[in-house]
Amino acid sequence: MLSIKNLQAAVEGKQILNGLNFEVKPGEVHAIMGPNGSGKSTLASVLAGREEYEVSGGSVSFLGTDLLEMSPEDRARAGLFLAFQYPVEIPGVSNANFLKTAVNEIRKARGEEILDSKAFLKLMNEKMKLVEMDKAMTQRSVNEGFSGGEKKRNEIFQMAMLEPKLSILDETDSGLDIDALRIVSNGVNALRTPDRSFIVITHYQRLLDYIVPDFVHVLYKGRIVKSGTKDLALELEEKGYDWIKEEIAVGA
Amino acid sequence: MSEDLKILDEVTNSDYKWGFVSNIESDNAPKGLNEDIVRFISLKKSEPEWLLQWRLKAFRHWLTMTEPKWPNVSYPEIDFQDIIYYSAPKKKPTLNSLDELDPEIKATFDKLGISLIEQQRLAGVAVDAVIDSVSVKTTFRETLAELGIIFCSFSEAVHDHPELIKKYLGSVVPYTDNFYAALNSAVFSDGSFCYIPKGVRCPMELSTYFRINSAGTGQFERTLIVAEEGAQVSYLEGCTAPMRDENQLHAAVVEIVSHTDANVKYSTVQNWYPGDKNGKGGIYNFVTKRGICLGDRAKISWTQVETGSAITWKYPSVILKGDYSIGEFYSVAVTNNMQQADTGTKMIHLGKNTRSVIVSKGISCGRSQNSYRGLVKIGKNASYARNFSQCDSLLIGDKCGAHTFPYLEVANKTAKVEHEATTSKVGEDQIFYCNQRGISTEDAVNLIVNGYCKEVFNQLPMEFAVEAQKLLSISLEGSVG
Ligand SMILES: Nc1ncnc2c1ncn2[C@@H]1O[C@H](COP(=O)(O)OP(=O)(O)OP(=O)(O)O)[C@@H](O)[C@H]1O
Ligand SMILES: [Mg+2]
Repeated sequence: MLSIKNLQAAVEGKQILNGLNFEVKPGEVHAIMGPNGSGKSTLASVLAGREEYEVSGGSVSFLGTDLLEMSPEDRARAGLFLAFQYPVEIPGVSNANFLKTAVNEIRKARGEEILDSKAFLKLMNEKMKLVEMDKAMTQRSVNEGFSGGEKKRNEIFQMAMLEPKLSILDETDSGLDIDALRIVSNGVNALRTPDRSFIVITHYQRLLDYIVPDFVHVLYKGRIVKSGTKDLALELEEKGYDWIKEEIAVGA
Repeated sequence: MSEDLKILDEVTNSDYKWGFVSNIESDNAPKGLNEDIVRFISLKKSEPEWLLQWRLKAFRHWLTMTEPKWPNVSYPEIDFQDIIYYSAPKKKPTLNSLDELDPEIKATFDKLGISLIEQQRLAGVAVDAVIDSVSVKTTFRETLAELGIIFCSFSEAVHDHPELIKKYLGSVVPYTDNFYAALNSAVFSDGSFCYIPKGVRCPMELSTYFRINSAGTGQFERTLIVAEEGAQVSYLEGCTAPMRDENQLHAAVVEIVSHTDANVKYSTVQNWYPGDKNGKGGIYNFVTKRGICLGDRAKISWTQVETGSAITWKYPSVILKGDYSIGEFYSVAVTNNMQQADTGTKMIHLGKNTRSVIVSKGISCGRSQNSYRGLVKIGKNASYARNFSQCDSLLIGDKCGAHTFPYLEVANKTAKVEHEATTSKVGEDQIFYCNQRGISTEDAVNLIVNGYCKEVFNQLPMEFAVEAQKLLSISLEGSVG
């Protein structure tokens, strides 16, 4: 599905990713944890194709093609989805209208027929249930005036609508209340299939009780410095990151 | 004697050159403007003497005036003697088939979803007579006539309803109003007249298509709308013009009279040729639009979507004379490339408890300049008058400019006036967010800009709103690198 080799990236002249290696196979759920500023969102942005992030070395292959050569919209159309840490507001554009455009662009790219309003509404109603989203939200402008938690839930709703192959969730659990956390996790779990993969960026082990990962990685100073199973998350919860930092210091 | 007065004197004292009349069969007036030309136009249209006299007065007044220099636009001096002020409709096709049409215009028509028949008409291909300065498309006339609604060309109205024209012509925009209004009053070619009798609610949107065809022909339309007590009408004005090389002057006048409890809604989608990417060619659009709410609870609402013209100079205004009368102005003005727009409104509150709303959305891209200029004036008798103004500017790219010039004159302490203004940029964050959902940058900008304009588009009749959105997309083309 996704294969990252020795990825190096900088933003505004500052090197952030320092030779990152990472492999995701179909159906897998990977959790990425790591201290603030270690480069987790940067990795997500680089994968999604954000222009400010300059890739200075390494390669990324997604479903067999060179991801770094693709435009952001082509990456999305190919099935890469990013649930943003800070979702953006688009005043005056209804969620429904926005999603209809997005869904149909992606369908076009897949060679599928464009959904008419009726079919789209049907799909939307179905997916709304999945994340227990209120109908009124679809008529509101994209993320405008949404609470922090509503924005996050909206990201998962969009993910459900677009049915991506690889979803990257950047701290989707931050700002969610306990019920919302469960709902969002259920949404993600409902989408889990043998051919869909997830990268879940989080600071909290708790999310991983709901979305059970196959692997847990620690990103530190722009590199994956430790990988393990979900037990690693428990260990981190307990001990923090210092012991890992020390390990690295010793190793260096 | 000043130069102006000398000219005035010469002109007013010179004899009418009858020799000119032998040319009455010609399709076009010769270039230039003098009293003979004014008489020629009037004669061509077999107008009554009073109208000729009115035109002449306007012309003489125009001679004493100078072009306004206060708008935030710049353009080479217009040579008013280098313009043809009258051209009859041409029956001959300019093209034999659509294949001969400039491919860029054809592409625009296609994007707008204009039917082939309509395209042929617009492009001047045979089939129908091509419409020029004269005449107006008057559809559904019979249905309207049954209700006593008059909807016809201005020239027809002059002959068929002289009492109404005499009563209302110049009553809202007198020829002394401004330079271009005076010019229009002297040489106006044609336009529309619309009259809704007492208590009648016009059952359909009234629409006209104006077009500019002959190269080098100034276009001076005159529109007059009168809604009697309790009447209601929604009027649409839309236009499109083909690509051309020469700057063209357009100076229309629109007058609206709304009596007690009457409601007039006037919507415009303006899409004239804006000139090429370097600003060459394009239409100069100097328009005077004004309505008066004469009676109590009268309402006038202007909605405009301005995407075309090289230069736009336009301030649809409302005089709120009747108590509790309402004036509204909703505007989207897009400028791209080298376009310049100085547009806005004037709300003149005279009556008590009068209310006005101004929503202006300016969008600038390329190297264009987009100015909002608005006046809210509250007279001393306008107790409890209220105004709310929202003026937003959206910038796309960093070579364009947005400017806001709000003027406020309040002479009554009980009045309440609110003004909000914002300037924003189409954010890279927003574009990236859309990209990440599979939406291309161009579509993303369209989506974002359409969202930004929603409040105004919501005011437009349905079909018009769709057209406006398409126009917007076309105007924004190439605005993001
Ligand atoms: N656009 C930018 N301009 C300048 N510095 C940036 C930019 N984006 C990221 N950085 C810097 O890169 C580093 C990594 O940031 P990143 O957002 O990837 O961290 P993170 O691991 O997601 O942190 P958090 O857990 O707080 O979300 C930080 O030092 C950050 O300040
Ligand atoms: Mg982050």
